[in-house]
Formats: sequence, structure tokens, C-alpha cells
Amino acid sequence: MRFSFTPEQEEFRTSLRRLLDARQPTKEVRRLMATEAGFEREGWQKLNGELGLTAIHIPEAYGGHGFGVSELAIVLEEMGRNVVCAPYFSTAVLATTAILNAGTEAEKKALLPGIADGSVTATLAFSEASGRIDGAGVATTATKSGKSWRLRGTKSFVLDGHTADLIVVLARRPGSKGETGLSFFTVAGNAKGLERKRLKTMDETRKLARLTFKNVEAKLLGKAGGASAPFAKTMSQVLVCLANEMVGGADRLRQDALDYTKMRMQFGRSIASFQTTKHKAADMLVDVELAKSAAYYAAAALDEGDDDLPALASLAKAAASEAYLQTAIHAVQMHGGIGFTWDNDTHLWFKRAKSSEILFGDANQHRELMLRHWKH
Amino acid sequence: MSEPTEQSVRSEVRAWLKENWNPKLGLVEWRTKLAHSGWGVPHWPKQWYGRDLPVKFNAIVDEEFHKTGAVGVAKAGIRTLAAATILAHGTDLHKEKFLLRILTGEDTWCQLFSEPGSGSDMAGAVTRADRQGNKWVINGQKVWTTSAHKAHWGLLLARANWDVAKHKGLAYFLLDMKQPGVQVHPLKQMNGHASFNQVFFTDAMVEPEMMISDVGDGWSVATTTLMHERRGADGTRTWATGSKRKGRIYEEERAEVATTMEPYKWYPQRAGRVDLVLERARETGKIDDPVVRQEIAKLLIMSKASEWTARRARAAQEQGRPQGPEGSLGKLVSSHVARQAARVHTYITGADALLSGEDSPMNGVIAEILVSVPASSIAGGTDEIQRNIISERVLKMPRETSVDTDKPFKDVPRNITAS
Repeated sequence: MRFSFTPEQEEFRTSLRRLLDARQPTKEVRRLMATEAGFEREGWQKLNGELGLTAIHIPEAYGGHGFGVSELAIVLEEMGRNVVCAPYFSTAVLATTAILNAGTEAEKKALLPGIADGSVTATLAFSEASGRIDGAGVATTATKSGKSWRLRGTKSFVLDGHTADLIVVLARRPGSKGETGLSFFTVAGNAKGLERKRLKTMDETRKLARLTFKNVEAKLLGKAGGASAPFAKTMSQVLVCLANEMVGGADRLRQDALDYTKMRMQFGRSIASFQTTKHKAADMLVDVELAKSAAYYAAAALDEGDDDLPALASLAKAAASEAYLQTAIHAVQMHGGIGFTWDNDTHLWFKRAKSSEILFGDANQHRELMLRHWKH
Repeated sequence: MSEPTEQSVRSEVRAWLKENWNPKLGLVEWRTKLAHSGWGVPHWPKQWYGRDLPVKFNAIVDEEFHKTGAVGVAKAGIRTLAAATILAHGTDLHKEKFLLRILTGEDTWCQLFSEPGSGSDMAGAVTRADRQGNKWVINGQKVWTTSAHKAHWGLLLARANWDVAKHKGLAYFLLDMKQPGVQVHPLKQMNGHASFNQVFFTDAMVEPEMMISDVGDGWSVATTTLMHERRGADGTRTWATGSKRKGRIYEEERAEVATTMEPYKWYPQRAGRVDLVLERARETGKIDDPVVRQEIAKLLIMSKASEWTARRARAAQEQGRPQGPEGSLGKLVSSHVARQAARVHTYITGADALLSGEDSPMNGVIAEILVSVPASSIAGGTDEIQRNIISERVLKMPRETSVDTDKPFKDVPRNITAS
């Protein structure tokens, strides 16, 4: 397994960081998060186009750059650093991996180039009101009518679901149970009978929606009844990507809190000279570096192939959940009163830490999943 | 002469071994020959039993020794720290007197740094070195001294000047342990083992030429020793093992290894024995308890992430790039892992964790884990010191305001120790 980044990857990271610092400083993040959509199409297409971000891991045959998960993970880590407000995770991770894992050659050729060139935003709708992250939790049904299909049911917690141009939906054959009878479908964002409601989110940089399908016309993606395995694979990849996004945010937050303690004076000395502050900062570094190692390892495992992938994905997510939130709690504390104000940026990361902790399963759930899949 | 290559080194050492290796020789006789050839420690200077080869070739040389079944120089124990310190700071006299006997294994060493009154604050040592006539006279007490009862020589840090600041009044001596003024008593630990000793000095004598560098340089010399100690303790150390081959020289080597490694036999238990957790949880059925499963998973995540963090650090090193912060965390993380492992072993073991020795699971191994783990966050630099190191050296945070470094040491408040 590879344990370091190549010079090319490091260079890519550097230019990406520079770009994101310039285009999405927190002032811009705050402006976008206050909008209904959470992004502006023109601005997002321009930013995306500069480095071809949504094209990163789409194979060249479908208009992408053909890089691996490791490069995708670098993008996410850097986006996490800046709490970037954009439909990236939904489009490039959720929808794209589902299409790559489930779609036929013709479907991939039809769907992916638009994502790669940034003209289409997309998402994956799988969880419902229960918030469950497994296929068995799906109640939305799909019935065949002539050449097309009809969806009925309600999806919830759908990332950027209120704005996505293309929605990949996980639904089941009526009467089927558990992991059987599941299929993926694609639905246009403006399809007839689809009601989209943006949910008010605690983390305003992460927009979620509830989608109600009232007999909505859909196209089958991949094999009818064959979505269980590609969905499981998609979830592993999604978790690894999220873990990488999280460690990026955690590391930035840690660094910012550290810098603040170095300039804050109390009792006639820098608060960074107090041992209690120093020890907290050391513990934060340990938490973040361990979580990074897990996230990087899992991303490399995806690229190099490892049959223990579900366990590694859950491990990375559980580690990131604990580390990010703990870092956020410490970061607010190290800032003191100012850290609890709206004007100070710490809360942007605190809320991202909290939303990421829960999104796609919390640490308790992933520790259990990890042990179930453990082969190491 | 052309630059050495992997190939040239391999063929040279192979040729030398073919010519010289003789399992019928006695251990010391063979090692003396080996030391003079330079193949025992090829990375040492030519002048002192080495060949001036880059350290990266050591692996190749070791491989050839292994293939031939040839015994190497003595490498385990404190003697390696003594050799490194003497090579770096010693006089020619020290090098002549000690290096060969270190390599042959004839002399064993101990490290006389820690005191009852100065553990983390090692530079606060109060063992006295007073110049009387043409000798240094040593009085005081050292503690946590591994293998002191066997050692011929000790690396001693003692205070020779009380009128200057803490770090400036220390001197570093090479002390003859086999003299009437040195008394060694075993120190029994909470886990029942006695791997360390207390060493008492009552008018022990050191010749002036057995001081390394000068009065006042003791601390910087000690730093060299400690640096080599930390390097060896970074988790990549392989435990010394003797060859399983038959024959007199192998038996002699095995006996040496057994003696050297004896104090360390509970160290795996100190680290928490993560390797036993899943097997024990299955045996006891606790693998089905959802609360215990959570704790097991927390342990495995920490232990795996810690392993991968060490690999990241090593990968950076191998590519010749500066290590990131990940290289400084290992010691602190290993005590977190050990504590969590002890907690999990307790949950898994239940009431049997009340027992010890042959009445307890695995003939006492589990009980030994529970009472050995507390050492992991103390020995070799406490967790608190590790956090100071991380925050000051990696995170560049300011040092704690010091109250003992800008005045004569005699005026610094300190522990009262029984003499």
C-alpha cells in the first residue's frame, strides 16, 4: 500500500488550495450558504472548470481526467479545509460513483460527460425519513410502465436534492424486501410529479432536501433488481471521500485555533504558553493525524484494491467523525468567548464537523459495521 | 576507489565471510576478528572497527550474515547507546578502551541518568561529582537502571558544579560499576517484575580521564545518548533474537541475548497486547456484546491508524522528504493504545480479571497486561513530556515560563531525597 503522495499529487494539492483560498474565502462561503440554492451556477462552473474538478475521477472515455480515488480525495480534503459551499460532493461523489458502479456503457456515455464538463449537477437519493444508509431501509417503489418506470415514495436528507439537474434514485420493486429487488433510476430535477423541498440545515454549507416522488417517470440505471452490490460499493467510496473531506476541515480548524492561541494574550503572556493549551493542541494534532492516516489509507485501498474495503471505509468514517467533532469542540474552547460568536468563523467548521459526524452514519454505527466486515 | 554499490558491498562481505567465518571459534574470538575486519559495524569509521559505509548498506551486510549463519557483533542493550555516545564525544582513549569490548560483548553497560528526584526533569540530577585530588568522587542515587546488576560500566550523569545554572553544571562520566562504592539493588515494580535497579554511590571513584568532554558539557553529551535511545524506541525496533542453529558459538550468543533481553519480557504486555483481543473476545463470547464491540472497534481503529501514521512517517523518510508532524506522535499514541487495550481486555475477561498468575486467563498474561500498561505512559518520556515536545517542536508553541534555568542550581528548590 502507498503511504505518501506523489510530487504530482502534492503539486495538484497546492494549486487547488491556492484556487479555493482565492475563490471561496469564508466571506464568500457565508454569502453562498445564505442563498436558497447554496451555490451560484455561473460561479461554480467557472471554479469547477479551472481545474476540472468534477472530471477528476471520471474515466477519459466519458469526458473525464481518469484519475483515481486518491486524487478525488485530495479535492475533497481541500474543499473540506475551506468548508466550500458547492454541489461537489453530491455531483462528483454521490451521483458519479453510483453511475460508474451501476451504469451500462451506454448510460455512462450519456450521463457522465455533462457532469465532467460541469454543465450538469447531480445527486444520489437513497435515504428516507429514517435516515438509514443501507439498501434494506429503502421503501420508495418503482413500477414498470411500458418502456419507462414510475417512482413513488419520499427520499430525505438528499444532498443538494433541491437543485440537482439529475437525480439518481434507489428504489425497490413493490413487494421486495431487504437487499433484493433494488434498482437505480435517473430522474430529471424538473420531472413532473417530483416535489423538492429544501430542509433547513444546522450546517448551512451543506444543503439537504426532501424529495417526494408522486408517480414520477424515471429511467432505469443498470440492471433491474441489481443495485444492491453497486450501491454497497458506492457507499464505501462515499464514506472514504467524506472521511477525506472531514480530515481536511479538521486540520484547518486545528491550525486556525493554534494560530489564535499564539496571538491571544492573557495574564501578561500568550495563552499558547500555558501547558493546558499546549497539551490540548498536541492532543488535537494526534487526533487529526490519526484520522488522516485512516482516510488516506482507505483512499489508497480503493485505488489499489483491498477486499476489506467496507471495513476500511467504516473505520475511516468513524475515525474522522470522532476527530473532527473533538477538534471543533477544542477549537471553540481555545477561542473562548469570541469562538461562540457568529462573526468568528469557527462555527462554520463546528457545524460542518457536526453535520459530517452524522451524515451517512455516525461513529457508533460505523464501528459496528467495521467489526462486522473486519478481516484484518 | 569507486563508490560502493549494493552489489560491490554484497560481494565483498560475502567473500570475507567465505574466507573467515568459522563456527568453531569462541564467541569473543570470532567477534574480535569480525570487529577488526570492519564488517561488524560497517557504518562506523574505518579507524574504529567500521568501513565508513553509508548506513543503508547495513541491511545487505546483515542479510549476508544471516544467509551464512555467521554471528554478528553484540548489538542489544545499553551497550549500543554507550558505543554511540563514545563514538560521538569520546576521546581516543575511550574508544580504544571500550569500543572493541562493546562489540565483542565482553562488557555490558548501564545508563545512570534518572534519579528519584529527577524523572522528567533529568537535567535536575543531584548525584554529586566532587573533585578530590586526582579523582572524581561520586555520591548519590540513580534509579530505573536496566541491567545495572550485570553491567561492567555505566554512563553517568552527575552534578560537578552547583554554582551555575541547572544544565550547565553537569558532567558525563564512564564509571566502573565493579567497585566498592557502587551498590545495586533491584527495584520491584507494581507488576511484580524487577527489571530495573536502584544504584547507590558512596564515594565511588572515577579517573579524570573517564569524563567525556568537560564539566558543563554533560547535558549535551546525555542528549546524544537519549537521541539514540528514542531512535531505538520508535516501535520499529526488532527484538534481539539468537540464531536457532546448533553449535558452541550459537549457544554462547543465545545465552547473551537471553541475559540482555530478560528485563524486557513483559514489554509486550505493557503495550496492551492488541493482538489477543479478537481471539479472546470470541473465546469468551464477549464478541456478541454490543458495548464491548464498540470498545474493541475503538481500539482497532486507534491501533491501525497509529500503524499507518508510522508508515506515513517512514515513507516520507525513505523519499528523503522532511517528516511531517506524523513522525513525532508515536510514543504518545502508543500509550493511548495500551490504555484502551487494557480497558478492552478487562471488559472481555470479566470476573477472571480479578485473578492473577496461574489462576488467571492465559496463565497470567491478561493479568500482566492490566498491571503493566501504566508504565507505557511513563517510561521513556511521560505522556506529559511528549505533549510538551509535540507542542514546542512541532507546533512551535512557546516554552512554559521557566523558574529554574537562570539561577545557580544550588538555589533551585528541589526534592529532598534520602541518602
